[in-house]
Amino acid sequence: MVLIFGIPLQALLGQLLVGLINGSFYAMLSLGLAVIFGLLRIINFAHGALYMLGAFVGYLLLVYFSIGFWPSLILAPLAVGLFGIIIERVALSRLYDLDHLYGLLFTFGLALVIEGTFRYYFGASGQPYAMPALLSSGTNLGFMFLPNYRVFIVVASLVVCIATWFLIEKTRLGAYLRAATENPTLVRVFGINVPLLLTVTYGLGAALAGLAGILAAPIYQVSPLMGTNIVIVVFAVVVVGGMGSIGGAIIMGYMLGIFEGLTKVFYPEASNIVIFVIMAIVLLIRPAGLFGKIT
Amino acid sequence: MADTNLALPVERSTVAPYKILFLVMAIVLLVAAPWFFYPIFLMKVLCFALFAAAFNLLLGYTGLLSFGHAAFFGGAAYFTSHAVTVWSWRPELGLLFGVAGAAALGLVIGFLAIRRKGIYFGMITLALAQMFYFFCLQAPFTHGEDGIQGVPRGNLFGVIPLGDTLNMYFFVLAVFLIGLFAIYRIVHSPFGMIVKAIRENENRAISLGYSVGAYKLAIFVMSAALTGLAGGAKALVFQFATLNDVTWQMSGEVILMALLGGIGTLIGPLVGATLVVTLQTYLATSVFPVTIVMGLTFMVCVLTFRRGVVGEFYHSRTGRGLTQKDGD
Repeated sequence: MVLIFGIPLQALLGQLLVGLINGSFYAMLSLGLAVIFGLLRIINFAHGALYMLGAFVGYLLLVYFSIGFWPSLILAPLAVGLFGIIIERVALSRLYDLDHLYGLLFTFGLALVIEGTFRYYFGASGQPYAMPALLSSGTNLGFMFLPNYRVFIVVASLVVCIATWFLIEKTRLGAYLRAATENPTLVRVFGINVPLLLTVTYGLGAALAGLAGILAAPIYQVSPLMGTNIVIVVFAVVVVGGMGSIGGAIIMGYMLGIFEGLTKVFYPEASNIVIFVIMAIVLLIRPAGLFGKIT
Repeated sequence: MADTNLALPVERSTVAPYKILFLVMAIVLLVAAPWFFYPIFLMKVLCFALFAAAFNLLLGYTGLLSFGHAAFFGGAAYFTSHAVTVWSWRPELGLLFGVAGAAALGLVIGFLAIRRKGIYFGMITLALAQMFYFFCLQAPFTHGEDGIQGVPRGNLFGVIPLGDTLNMYFFVLAVFLIGLFAIYRIVHSPFGMIVKAIRENENRAISLGYSVGAYKLAIFVMSAALTGLAGGAKALVFQFATLNDVTWQMSGEVILMALLGGIGTLIGPLVGATLVVTLQTYLATSVFPVTIVMGLTFMVCVLTFRRGVVGEFYHSRTGRGLTQKDGD
């Protein structure tokens, strides 16, 4: 057996893969959080709840309408995005002129309501969600067994992250978004509908969380509590990456996921807190985050 | 935070006789209360009211939203419980140990958190408190999921048995009043004025030569210590300390109490805490989950009455009439 630092190679690679999977979810979620914050200046505490909502939309579609994973992959983000748009129109749009703290507090309340409702109807335990048949097998690489679905998650999240980054940094719509972040009044003067942009942005961020949720459904169980703790980890990821930086959110999402996986191998007791420790260290050295600019 | 527009009421000094009358009445009511209400419930209200008031010291008077105050509350509950259970300390010393522990924890978390402002501050305190939660989950002295059970109330100063509910009530009431008096003194001291100046205009405070960081850290530690006082007292009342008190949901609960009652007012958090604890006690017997009600209250509060119950009262015509008579 091959040993690296006294650890079997299989265990190391196995945890590395787990870390990469977690990192994929961190990246997708912190990306959505960063996009929403960038334009709306709202910390979306409900992001974990929206992620859970995505998984539940998939689960309910399967149970009540026999709609499988692949259609759900489109339908769940759409449903969650639509929900986000309604929330933005009805409530969040009234909070833009206030201190940003109120946005955080409102979405915190929203998260409590969503999670409380699902917990009331489905209990705290998880519901299994079958893996799509196409991806249920795995590939034997000789030195380790690689489940296909996990590869799919990593690839899918990479594609989504790069596409979103491209949308915001390289397209005309993205340029409008970035301009509206800098100076909303001036952008409106140029005849661009900024309130609509804000609504679309929140919808997009919510849809990203929903997509992460439906992707997570087959490997983690579908549970009302699945978004509760992940949202705090994602907050830490975003602080480390630098709040305004979309690229920073993506890169730190993957890196911290892998870091967490490696900690599970070398010092399992600390695996829950390693991301927070890294956050504390980054704050001491670079308070603006690794990719952030001091404003 | 120069761009802050938190709905903070401008504090006005009340006509002095009214103030004293009100205070005397409140204390008389609190002393008489255990003969009319269930004492354990009252003690719970007092502990949470002190918790909310200590939290408000930070949010209301300094403009810093901490999303991690559960760490100090639950942490102090663990420290006090450990001291009186394992080391057999007297309750007042156990309580002081809890306060010291919470203050030390506040020093560490505050030192890191004050490096960022506004919303980041909230996220950082949340993440660090979550880290403390995982520490409590795994550290041997907290007994993980079981918590510390059967915490003895012991004898106050070695003579007054706190096992007696009435004695315990008056002890908690004394702790509550001392804590509240400390908050009052802090807010109205020159130090408190500087802290409020930082809330209003941080850059100007810096230009006037104040080391803003030191002031923020000091008020953070004071808030943490007073929160610890509340947490330790709660552990003695209920005779256990569990993970429940260190969760981020608990941090959210105290924010709701302050928000509902009125951020930046002295009485607001007390009213908010009473409302929330009453609501929880009332809903505990029904099947309807408390979290949904709490969440809805949060949303309604943020959307419609950001000044909170007491803040809205001060802002209303009667409230202004009552508070503006001495013409300042």
